[in-house]
Amino acid sequence: MSRIKEAFKDGKAFIPFITCGDPDLETTKKIVKEMVAKGANLIELGIPFSDPTAEGPVIQGANLRALSGGVTTDDVFNMVKELREEISVPFVFMTYANVVFSYGTEEFLKKASEVGMDGLILPDVPFEEKEDFAPMCRKYSMELVSLIAPTSNDRIKMIAKEAEGFLYCVSSLGVTGTRSEISTDLEGMISLVREVNNDIPCAIGFGISGPEQAAKMAKISDGVIVGSAIVKKVAEYGKDAAPVVGEFVDSIVKAIR
Amino acid sequence: MSNSRGRFGQHGGQYMPETLMNAVIELEEAYNHYKDDPEFNRELTELFNEYAGRPSRLYYAEKLTKELGGAKIYLKREDLNHTGSHKINNVLGQALLAKKMGKTRLIAETGAGQHGVATATAAALLDMECVVFMGEEDTKRQALNVYRMKLLGSEVIPVKTGTATLKDAVSEAMREWTNRIDDTHYCLGSVMGPHPFPTIVRDFQAVISREIKQQMLEKEGRLPDVVMACVGGGSNAMGTFYNFIEDKDVRLIGCEAAGRGVDTFETAATIATGRLGIFHGMKSYFCQDKYGQIAPVYSISAGLDYPGIGPEHAWLHDIGRAEYVPVTDDEAVNAFEFLSRVEGIIPAIESSHAVAHAMKIAPTMDKDKIIVITVSGRGDKDCAAIARYRGEEIYE
Repeated sequence: MSRIKEAFKDGKAFIPFITCGDPDLETTKKIVKEMVAKGANLIELGIPFSDPTAEGPVIQGANLRALSGGVTTDDVFNMVKELREEISVPFVFMTYANVVFSYGTEEFLKKASEVGMDGLILPDVPFEEKEDFAPMCRKYSMELVSLIAPTSNDRIKMIAKEAEGFLYCVSSLGVTGTRSEISTDLEGMISLVREVNNDIPCAIGFGISGPEQAAKMAKISDGVIVGSAIVKKVAEYGKDAAPVVGEFVDSIVKAIR
Repeated sequence: MSNSRGRFGQHGGQYMPETLMNAVIELEEAYNHYKDDPEFNRELTELFNEYAGRPSRLYYAEKLTKELGGAKIYLKREDLNHTGSHKINNVLGQALLAKKMGKTRLIAETGAGQHGVATATAAALLDMECVVFMGEEDTKRQALNVYRMKLLGSEVIPVKTGTATLKDAVSEAMREWTNRIDDTHYCLGSVMGPHPFPTIVRDFQAVISREIKQQMLEKEGRLPDVVMACVGGGSNAMGTFYNFIEDKDVRLIGCEAAGRGVDTFETAATIATGRLGIFHGMKSYFCQDKYGQIAPVYSISAGLDYPGIGPEHAWLHDIGRAEYVPVTDDEAVNAFEFLSRVEGIIPAIESSHAVAHAMKIAPTMDKDKIIVITVSGRGDKDCAAIARYRGEEIYE
């Protein structure tokens, strides 16, 4: 069993997201350690990109802060390597196609694998284009996580059949960002997944703002992903964000189990 | 095995969030259905001819030809179209298609404001709601066009993210589309973005080269030696090239915005300074740093101030069928002034890039050679900015 799938084996998984280098990599390291200490099962590490088209204002801001601080993909690899000395929970990168492609897809995946990454999420690479990345992901044992969205309909089974790691279920239309309400028929989406793939864990993300919503989403899925709500705290508290994020992670972990 | 659609060699594809995949697939299906539908084409031709004022003139620029003292120069007058640029060709096509698909709302990005104005115009005509995203920097450079869009009943949203120019307007329009798909068509303004946009926009703009070919045969009884146009995303150039691609003796030249020069960071010349990447839905050439961060490009021309180029252009470059040359701000401004004085035609600062390159090559060519320059738009919108460039403050 892959380390990603293991993250789901003891009940509902909590998957926090953080933009690496916001406001600096030392803070990111502290936050990641805090997340793990408070029970996060899998961590999504965002590599900043200049033009993150799937993100709302909150994560756009984080990308900008990180890049203004001069963080590069190589710096992120080094940070992961250091974190791996003490942390074994699975990590997946969340970034944009050009960050990987431009680095050299093979070179990127080789390094990612060497420093101890487990998978990769590319929100601007749909099923039809995944062959640009999937062969190299396989070669370096990195799982390429697929997404399904409220508009996916007839595409869900096609995507689910070939899904690896976990399936990222996008809760709402639009870009990332917290929402007061999630009205998508997520149970319907997940039952379509189950018709063709019983093994793939389904985690819900986009718009989850706090413990109450997380608990609701966890009931109908295998895990929840929270990004913007965490990044907001980093934006507010900057270098002192780690304990605040830790508290927040703790509240969600308690709510979903 | 790749399932990728809409490829031009290694370029193109559909690098879009999953949320939009069914929208682009639905668009492709609708386009494939309507593109050969006689009724759709009758309606579109009527809009082209009766509303937009097509066919546009192919004008023999006799004085320009004499001044430059070489090849005979014709101007394809897309600046005479309704709304003042070639953008109306694509917009009328897409708006009509969107209407047939049951959409009631158009969203668009705009750089110089030409595409925004054209979209706002089509929305007014076809009773559709319209929202235009425009970089905040560009709303300042092109304040008149912002007013025109509002006058036409559109909402204009200034985009403050990134460099606050065309690329950020595209990103924001894409974000808005993921938010509202059911009733909304994203009326993309250039031969870029995910499939099927590069193909759809090219097909609607191909009317330019269809007309050039016919008009040239009528006037000269032969094909031109060179056709040229400015290139940002590349829609007027693709329209100018398309029906000549198979005519191997016709040179195709795209003129990129070099800004302050291709050896500076203040440039938007993608073929000259970019490399292969994936952005805004397509694989193509992009100005970017070694980590793939998209470069904050620069050109005096808001319409060419874009860090990428359409995938079919990238392919025409790869196979050597078309040539792409950089033209600086300074050269473009000189051409803007030169054409105004010599022919009494004020070209858009975008189109002035093509005029500038013609000024370089025409004198080196024999008098029996023929060049066609597409004047993609008119330059009224640029007068204040050019005056400022020359150190003169005028108020619009």
